[in-house]
Parts: sequence; structure tokens; C-alpha cells
Amino acid sequence: MMKVVRGFYSVAHAVKTCRPNVISAYPITPQTEIVENLAAMYANGELENCVYITAESEFSAASILVGASATGARTFTATCSQGLILMSEVLINAAGMRLPIVLVNTNRALSAPLSIWNDHQDSMFMRDAGIIQVYVENNQEAHDLIPQAYKIAENSKVLLPFMICMDGYKLTHAYEPVDLHSQEMIDEFLPPYEPVAKLSVDKPLTFGSYAPPHIYMEFRVALQNATERARKVMEDVFKEWAEFTGRDWKSHISVENVDDAELAVITLGSITSLVRDVVESLRREGKKVGLIKLRTFRPFPNDEIRKALKNVNKVIVLERAVSFGNEGQVAIEVKNALYGKSKEIYSFAIGLGGRDVPRELIVKIIDNVMQGKVKQGFHFEGVQEFKEVIP
Amino acid sequence: MRYFSSGHGACPGCGLPIAVKNVLQALDGKCFVVNSTGCLEIISSQYGKSAWGVPYIHSLFENAAPVAAGIEAALRALGRKDEGHVVVFAGDGATADIGFGCLSGVMDRNHDIIYICLDNEAYQNTGHQQSGLTPMGEATTTTPVGKLMPGKLGKKKDMVSIAVAHGIPYVATSSSAFPADIRRKVKRALEFEGTKYIQIHSPCVTGWGVDGKGGIIAAKLAVETGLYPLVEFEYGKLTRVRKIKDRKPVEEYLKIQRRFRHLFKHPMGKQIIEELQRIADENARKYGLDVEKK
Amino acid sequence: MIEITIGAISRPMEAKKNKTGDWGTEYPIVDVEKCSGCRSCEMFCPDLCVEVVKENKKKYAVFNYDYCKGCGVCAFVCPENAIRMEVKEIYKLEVE
Repeated sequence: MMKVVRGFYSVAHAVKTCRPNVISAYPITPQTEIVENLAAMYANGELENCVYITAESEFSAASILVGASATGARTFTATCSQGLILMSEVLINAAGMRLPIVLVNTNRALSAPLSIWNDHQDSMFMRDAGIIQVYVENNQEAHDLIPQAYKIAENSKVLLPFMICMDGYKLTHAYEPVDLHSQEMIDEFLPPYEPVAKLSVDKPLTFGSYAPPHIYMEFRVALQNATERARKVMEDVFKEWAEFTGRDWKSHISVENVDDAELAVITLGSITSLVRDVVESLRREGKKVGLIKLRTFRPFPNDEIRKALKNVNKVIVLERAVSFGNEGQVAIEVKNALYGKSKEIYSFAIGLGGRDVPRELIVKIIDNVMQGKVKQGFHFEGVQEFKEVIP
Repeated sequence: MRYFSSGHGACPGCGLPIAVKNVLQALDGKCFVVNSTGCLEIISSQYGKSAWGVPYIHSLFENAAPVAAGIEAALRALGRKDEGHVVVFAGDGATADIGFGCLSGVMDRNHDIIYICLDNEAYQNTGHQQSGLTPMGEATTTTPVGKLMPGKLGKKKDMVSIAVAHGIPYVATSSSAFPADIRRKVKRALEFEGTKYIQIHSPCVTGWGVDGKGGIIAAKLAVETGLYPLVEFEYGKLTRVRKIKDRKPVEEYLKIQRRFRHLFKHPMGKQIIEELQRIADENARKYGLDVEKK
Repeated sequence: MIEITIGAISRPMEAKKNKTGDWGTEYPIVDVEKCSGCRSCEMFCPDLCVEVVKENKKKYAVFNYDYCKGCGVCAFVCPENAIRMEVKEIYKLEVE
């Protein structure tokens, strides 16, 4: 049913239809309204076989889900920024314990200085954890990704935590028309969670053993293998969803106008819509520009990127985070995927801390690269000139 | 026993397995165990060598309480509430220090779990560093005895009062030297719905500096000197204490353990022993431990 | 090729493979006549290696030396003083 709703409502509605058993909540701007909406549904008795817990910290919220997931429950929480970093210890632990916890991360900048506004620094920090990461462009995509996330995470070949990244404020608080799922529809698409192993008195198992040097490494290789197997499982579920709903979000990446492109722009998250608009208008002017929308960041789609950029010589990476001491994480990973291929790669970190990215900035960036006015490598764009002083 | 096996790696005479097996016995093995990182976890849950015959989970150091809350919530949501009781085994460091905030949240929400703090009075697994429950005067590796310092100068955190202040239905202390007491208290705790906190004094032979049986001897003296009172609170009211017939002076407890022996030589030792005696006297007064002499 | 479990989950009670009986320098011997079968040793033993059995109406404690670490707690708690700790042969040193 088509309705104009805010992003956070579309998330809560989707979670409800997935029939979660345990939801843990802790407030942090700008995800708070997601858990508030779920609380209202819970208070109205709209969540069957569900327990909603108001945790006293994100660390606790994530830990609650570890216990619940190990017992065989379908779980959900939402967080971002400082909260994500606080629960990082638990999420890394959950990945190693192969628990299919699904969470929505409403991308927000990291302190210090404090910022409640949007960029990707929080989720980029978690890229080493063994957690699946997919970025969405708009609220419909977020709404659609949630049942897919459970199906992928709970697949016995995967069994990993799944983090859906949606831009804070830009998507969470934006009003957009969303085709909301019905309960019947999701019941057909998403079966109940059947854990391969769970805490049970009938079959007592020891979860979370410690592993001495003679065996630890095999478990970490097994974790890597799981992230590798996730690639195909995700492709299959993305395809299944497209057939089921008629809404095709493509696969790990969405390749647009790249076939004959001389320059391709790689981007992720909500800014993709703006970049697509610029690319299409440049196309109308006869410029051969293409767009690659990066959806899956973990596992990183190395093959897909290489294949998409086979005949493209100039690559612009637009990213919303920096790995301080080096450069933007997306560019680092793209360059790694393209190792051995000679391409010109220009990366730009833009819009940190919710800094507005006007259309003109995107146009200027692409223009400067096309005209050779900027060197390859890493740049910040949209930054004021400044001098650092002691107060 | 079907719930916990021999072959674990605990030191000879360790108080932890004594406490654990008596708790599991009182629960008839109908339980889900959540264990924080620490000695118990390390000696009992090596990959492929688990000593546990009941469902068990170890997550991290500081989150045993919320993990237990999650299990309890999942059992409720999945209609499996009658399958078993959720019980936490956590050390004193995991309880009073690093896991304190999470434990407070769980007690505040009154999740239906039994939280057992196995109190061996330091971070023993990492080599005897002081924790919030280390008593005054103890020598640990981070509060060592030197020319200037006589061991730990701070107090032992009163976790019992803190637990009572959270308004949970049942709070008690027990000791590995009194296993029947442990079993009775666990069974009593099961009669309440909500968070039950039981702190069990558990000797550590290597940390306390005693031989195999010395831990049990010391733990008995801890109770008999009034330094570790065995008490029970139900809904905030003190309901039962283990009375002491002829309360012994704290010196008798301190002199048999390497961790306190320096107090008899160190220049600041005398005032610490006096302070510990004052604490024992205050416990006796507060909880009514002394049997009245006729 | 070895087998590992998913998420390092361990099967129950496999610690039994670990025979800790060679840890201790002493081992307990029970005087069956004195033993009243009170189960104090059984309640205390940290290594769960003593069991009170009943034979011809007589209850007495039986030790499992496969796991006994020789801590001596049983001897200490026995109310009948029926248990004594004996030094293992290999640890009896001849002094010249």
C-alpha cells in the first residue's frame, strides 16, 4: 500500500512484518524514532511473540540480542555513530559466534567534535568486523532490504550479523512515498527463523568457547568463508525479491550508463540520487559519464567493480568518511579491487558531519576531473579554508 | 553429576567449581548458564573440552547480565519460559567493576534471572589484580605492598546494599565453605520472580596464598570473624542471617593468607587490621550476627 | 582434514577427556569403617571425583583417582576424620 511516510516509519513497519521476537532499544539521534515507532506498535499489541526491552546503553542493547539470538529468537535493534562504536565489541563477538542479528545503522558522524548529522564514518569503522553491510539510497530501498536482510543473515550458509546503512536525517526523517509491505506478503517471503544450533535444555551446548592458538585461526578463516558464501546468497535473495515484488534494486552494485563511459562515479547512500541526476543531465549534454551505485560494502564486490570498470579509464569515488592517516575507505577498497589495472582514480570526501552537498559541487568535481584540473588521489571537497589556532 | 564434569582446569581446592556444582544441583540442571570471562569460563569452556552439561553461553567480560536478560526475553517470546531458569555466573570484577552498569540496568528492569557473583576478591584469572570487591589491606599485583603502601587502601564495594537498593526481590550472600547454604539459598531464590542476586565468597588458593584446603579454611574464618556475613534480604528487608557463636578476631583470618600476612609487619598494617576489625564489628551490629551471651 | 563447529560451539562434558589425576602430589584414602556416608566430601570436592556408594547396607566414599588433584578439602571437611592424605609414591623423596 502506497503511503507518504518518514524513513523511520518505513523501517519500523518493515521490522514489524518480519515478526521479530526480541527488540532492544536505546535512543540516539537520528535513529530514535525507529525504536519509538516499534515501542508504540508493541504498546498496542501489534507485535506478536515479541519482547521489547529498553536497554540502559547500546552495549547492553546489543548484548541482549546476543543472548536472545543464541536462544533462537529473531532479533532487531537500531543505532548509529557513538552507539554503534559502543556496541562494536558485542557485534564483533556476535559475528564470531555466527549470530544473525539484524540492525539498522542510521549513518551519523563520529565525535569529536559531536555531530548528530549524516556521514558514513560510523559504519566504515565497522568494516573489519565480519558483519554484512549494505547501503540504501532511499526509504523504499530501506523498507525492502529489511526482510531480505533477515533471509540472508539467517541462511545456514551465512549466519552473520547484517547492518543496513541508511543516511541519518537525509533518509530517516525525509517524507517519501513508500509502498508498505503487507503482513501476508512478508509471511510468504520470509519463513520463521530456524537456528542450526541454539541454547536448549534438551540439547545442551557450550556457546562462546575460547580457542587456543592450535585452533583459533580456523574459526576466523571460517568467518571469512561465511562472508564469501554470503555473496551468492545475497545475489539470490536480491533476485528473488525483484521477482517477488517487481522492484529490482539490482545486486551488490547497480551499474548505470557505464557501457561507453569515459568517466564513472562510484558513490553510496542517499547521495546517489543526486549524483544520478547530475550524470543523466551530463549525458544529455553529450558527456560520457556513468554511475556505479555501491550497495554492498561488505563483502566488498571486487569482481563486480572490476568488471563494471573494464573499459572506463577515469574513476571518481565520492565518499562520506575518511580513514585518518590514509584516505577514504571506499577509494582504498576500490583501488584494491582495481589493482593491476591502470586507471586514474580521483577520490573526494564530501559532506562530513551533514555538510550540505549542493548539486553544483558534484558538477564541479566531475568537471574538474574531466578537464584534468585536479590531480589523482585523495581530496576533501566543500571545505572552508582554515587555520588552526590555540584558544 | 550430569551438569558439570571433572577434568576442568581449576586449581586444586578452587572454590568456583564447589559453588557452581551446588548451584546446578539446586536447579536440578534445569537452567541456562551465562558466564562472563574469567577463571570459571577459562577452566571450563575451552573449545572441545567443555565441562558443562547444561546449555551455556560465554559472550564477553562485562555483559553476562544483559545476555541473560536476552535469553530470558527470548524464552518468553518463544513460549519456552518453563524450559529452565536463567542463571549468571560472574566474577567480582565482572560484577562490581566492568559489568556494573549493565548489571544495574538488568536489576532495574527486574529480569527473571538468578545472578550469582562468584567473589574471590580480585581479578584472579589475570594474575590477582584488585577489583571493587577486594577488601582493604589485601596485597594484589596492582595494589602491591611496598615501602609506602600497605596493599589496597580502598574499601570493599557493598554490592549487597547496591542490589537491595535496586528493589529486587531476593539478595543474599553465601560461601563455598557452606555448600548446603548455597543450595538452600538458590532454592529460596527460585520462589521469587524477578532478579535474584547471590554473592558467593569463593576462595582462590593461588590468589589468597593458601594451600589446597586452606581456601575452605579461610572462607570459613571469613564468616566466623564477621568479615563476610551470610545474610538474606527479601524485598529489601533483612530476613535471615547466619549467626556466629563465638566471633573470632580478624587476625585469625588474616594471618593464614599470604595476601594479608604483610599487615603484621608493615608500618601501616596495624591501623588496617584495626579498620578491618571495625568493619567486622559493624557487620555484626548491622546484621545482628552475634549470638547473645546469656 | 579436521572438523570445527560453527561459531566455536562446544559439545557438552568433553572435559572428561582431560584426566587431571596426575596433578596432585597427595591423594586421599578413606577409612571405610569410620565413614558415615554423610556426603560432606561429595558436596565439597571441586573436581567432582568422590561419590558415596552403598554396599550391603554400608555407605562409604569412593574416590575417582583419574581426576583427583589432591587438594585435601575432603580430608579437611570430613566430620568423622575418615580421610587421610597420603603422599604419592613418586613424590616420596629419599634423603641421603
